[in-house]
Amino acid sequence: MQRSSLTHLQALEAESIEILREVAASFERPVMMYSIGKDSSVLLHLARKAFFPSRIPFPLLHVNTTWKFAEMIAFRDAMAEKHGFDLISHTNPEGLANNINPFDHGSSRFTDIMKTQALRQALDAGRYDAAIGGARRDEEKSRAKERIFSHRNASHAWDPKTQRPELWRVFNTRINPGESMRVFPISNWTELDVWTYIYAEGIELPSLYYARLRPVVERSGTLIMVDDERFRLEPGETPREELVRFRTLGDYPLTGAIRSSAASLPEIIMEMQASRTSEREGRLIDSDSVGSMEKKKQEGYF
Amino acid sequence: MNLPLRSADTDVALWLQQQTDKSLLRFLTCGSVDDGKSTLIGRLLYDSQMVLDDQLASLKRESHNRHVGDEGIDFSLLVDGLSAEREQGITIDVAYRFFSTDKRKFIVADTPGHEQYTRNMATGASNADLALVLIDARKGVLTQTRRHSFILSLIGVKHVVLVVNKIDLVDYDSDVFDRIVAEYRAFAEPLGFKTLAAIPVSALRGDNMLAPSPRTPWYSGAGLVPYLEAIDVSEDRSAELFRFPVQWVNRPNLDFRGFSGTLASGAIAVGDEVLVAASRQRAVISRIVTMDGDLDHAVAGQAVTLVLDREVDVSRGDVLSRQGETPEYSNQFQARMVWMSQEPAFAGRSYLLKVGAQIVPATITDLKFRTNINTLEQTAATKIDLNEVATVTIATDKPIAFDSYATNALTGGFILVDRLSNATLGAGTIDFGLRRAQNLTYQSFDVNRDVRAAMKGQAPQIVWFTGLSGSGKSSIANLLEKRLTAEGRHAYILDGDNVRHGLNRDLGFTEAARVENIRRVGEVARLMADAGLIVLVSFISPFRNERQLAREIAGDISFVEVYVDTPIEVCEARDPKGLYKRARAGEIKNFTGIDSPFEVPTAAELVLHGAEQEPAALADQLHDWLGARS
Repeated sequence: MQRSSLTHLQALEAESIEILREVAASFERPVMMYSIGKDSSVLLHLARKAFFPSRIPFPLLHVNTTWKFAEMIAFRDAMAEKHGFDLISHTNPEGLANNINPFDHGSSRFTDIMKTQALRQALDAGRYDAAIGGARRDEEKSRAKERIFSHRNASHAWDPKTQRPELWRVFNTRINPGESMRVFPISNWTELDVWTYIYAEGIELPSLYYARLRPVVERSGTLIMVDDERFRLEPGETPREELVRFRTLGDYPLTGAIRSSAASLPEIIMEMQASRTSEREGRLIDSDSVGSMEKKKQEGYF
Repeated sequence: MNLPLRSADTDVALWLQQQTDKSLLRFLTCGSVDDGKSTLIGRLLYDSQMVLDDQLASLKRESHNRHVGDEGIDFSLLVDGLSAEREQGITIDVAYRFFSTDKRKFIVADTPGHEQYTRNMATGASNADLALVLIDARKGVLTQTRRHSFILSLIGVKHVVLVVNKIDLVDYDSDVFDRIVAEYRAFAEPLGFKTLAAIPVSALRGDNMLAPSPRTPWYSGAGLVPYLEAIDVSEDRSAELFRFPVQWVNRPNLDFRGFSGTLASGAIAVGDEVLVAASRQRAVISRIVTMDGDLDHAVAGQAVTLVLDREVDVSRGDVLSRQGETPEYSNQFQARMVWMSQEPAFAGRSYLLKVGAQIVPATITDLKFRTNINTLEQTAATKIDLNEVATVTIATDKPIAFDSYATNALTGGFILVDRLSNATLGAGTIDFGLRRAQNLTYQSFDVNRDVRAAMKGQAPQIVWFTGLSGSGKSSIANLLEKRLTAEGRHAYILDGDNVRHGLNRDLGFTEAARVENIRRVGEVARLMADAGLIVLVSFISPFRNERQLAREIAGDISFVEVYVDTPIEVCEARDPKGLYKRARAGEIKNFTGIDSPFEVPTAAELVLHGAEQEPAALADQLHDWLGARS
């Protein structure tokens, strides 16, 4: 069959592959952020396609806060084993030594030290000149105007005033020594695109996305899973088993679960179509302060 | 991508199949906030049910006391956020919005139009298949409408929908609509849009958005959304000439060598013969590799890896085509530029040019004219300022493969990049190659530089002095020349003032003239060094770009940049020619250090501190340094 025009998913896939190849061809030390979630899983799949039959020609970097769901770490290692990519895991050593955690230090400080600062440390240590991330423009208002190749100065800061215009598919990949680029190959995908692509391509995901009986507590309207014994129960609080799943994955004490019976991909997609709340609602990190995503980005968060 | 039909969820599977098979339409919206653009986009998002409950709840709260439609919502709040952005000092440029219907997925490039409209619109238009041109029915066709439409035609957007908004505010009057449409059609005629539809709407009230409105019985066309769902914008790029820019050489092991890239246009099949544009070498496609298995055939837009049947020299930036259908291959072309930087463009200045995967140094050789985007008038120009459009000729350091933008946007659209800051300065669309360039080759003679240098017993080089007026450049150069001459060497001083009396008599002191001044001196210095001389150039040369240009003109000749670093207070106190005094009095304009900048060298081979030592000592220091170097 000769197809003369591509479907929207085929077009998005091709665009992302082109971006990934441009990174490999234009930078000396690229790295791909790997957060183990669905967007990362799509990114990993696209990278395998972009360079096939070669291996992915750059390492994948996981910033491990040590508070991820246990299953995420197991899944991460299994993927590295299965697809043969180089995996780098980094934890902020000072944060670790000082036992920085979301219970004692609050989500904002915890995120700053264990995520933002840790990411900067890892990028500096690897002297990476390009860091590929899975952010999408439909996620949040401040992302809607983010470039696909987003320039960062030597201290990893994003200066919205010096954003480079991006025309056609001609990406300006030039940087000076010490500067770096953040690259977002799935900028133009929506959440629904990600899910339908996962379904169409049979991409593996951690089971946390599927509804299972899990031990949760409810705090100010948010369901938090008690993933290990470090969780601090408040007086009188006991975890109860509920049928829940997660729409995004992160640090388990900061990630809200939703009550759901969707145990398969089609069910998740159908439920998502029927659901009427936005994706980031379950991420406690964004509602910490007003304009927080914008601020985090300027500080170097993805 | 064909989905397996899973027995348990046939309905879901069918629905998903429909999702994956949707086509994609990228469009941009032109018009200012006053035309109701935000309301229109907000309405599109709302009608396609992209607005979620949590957003809707906060929206209804915020809409209180505002301009609301029947739904009690101010739709513009969905996309606005602009005032907040302004407060945060964020550049307001292109924002991308997404929505989808049962038939299509849409990506909207939303380009707020007030400031830097040309730059933002060109950026948004570069990836758009279609544009919505918004008009306020009460105001009709404005200068701004014309400006937007010209930029659309410049970037080559082929399909336009004229959205005559706020039709409710003119009492749904068909005469108003007809008058606006007639006026616009007359204006847009020469712009060559392939399709042009006009729809009367009220974004606020929803008229002719999803379905024909009963309030406009005189309008028989489709609503905006059905129109966008149905319009065929496919260019059938697969039917065009085959172009494959090689992006990345795929070499996992010694047994496999493939060329990864995306088909810019055309189609290719295993067994087809291809030609490398630069080397004119031919080969046959032996495999089309993807992770999903080999293909026998690939079309425009697909990202694949091609394997050739024989060893040919192909690397990133090469363009594969078919024999007899090759792209142009030249080092000169005419183009239209949209300038996007505060720093103006000048003829003679060196930039980096990127087209496809090719990056080469390039110079604007001629600024033919500037086009006034409001009146379409063409006027002479010596520079291109931010948001201006100009027609130029460009020369690249080596030949590149390209097509005219009109035939292929992906192989005919380019950007110019600053060589020091790496900022994207402008975007260009190639009109045509200048074949003249291909016939112009360098003559090579038997007596060459090496022979002449050997006769003189010296290594030719260019010593380029830069620094403020009065810093001591000429004094040091003079002393150095004396020492070299005493040693029996052949040196020559090119001095700024002296050259301006002769060779560069026609040049003034504007930035454009300064660029040309340095270019000529750079060329003369190179010729003299080629003749075997040691050339001492004593020029203020305040701009990094021009010093870099001089260095590039020197090519393989040794080039030493010497920065005579003397504080301006010292130079001004010396004032050997009384120039500072006159500049301070306002008698001389564009005087370096007073009202024109001096960009401190960051790549100078040697820095001499003019305030700390006498010229003789500095000349000695330089002499020894040069001696130790050779």
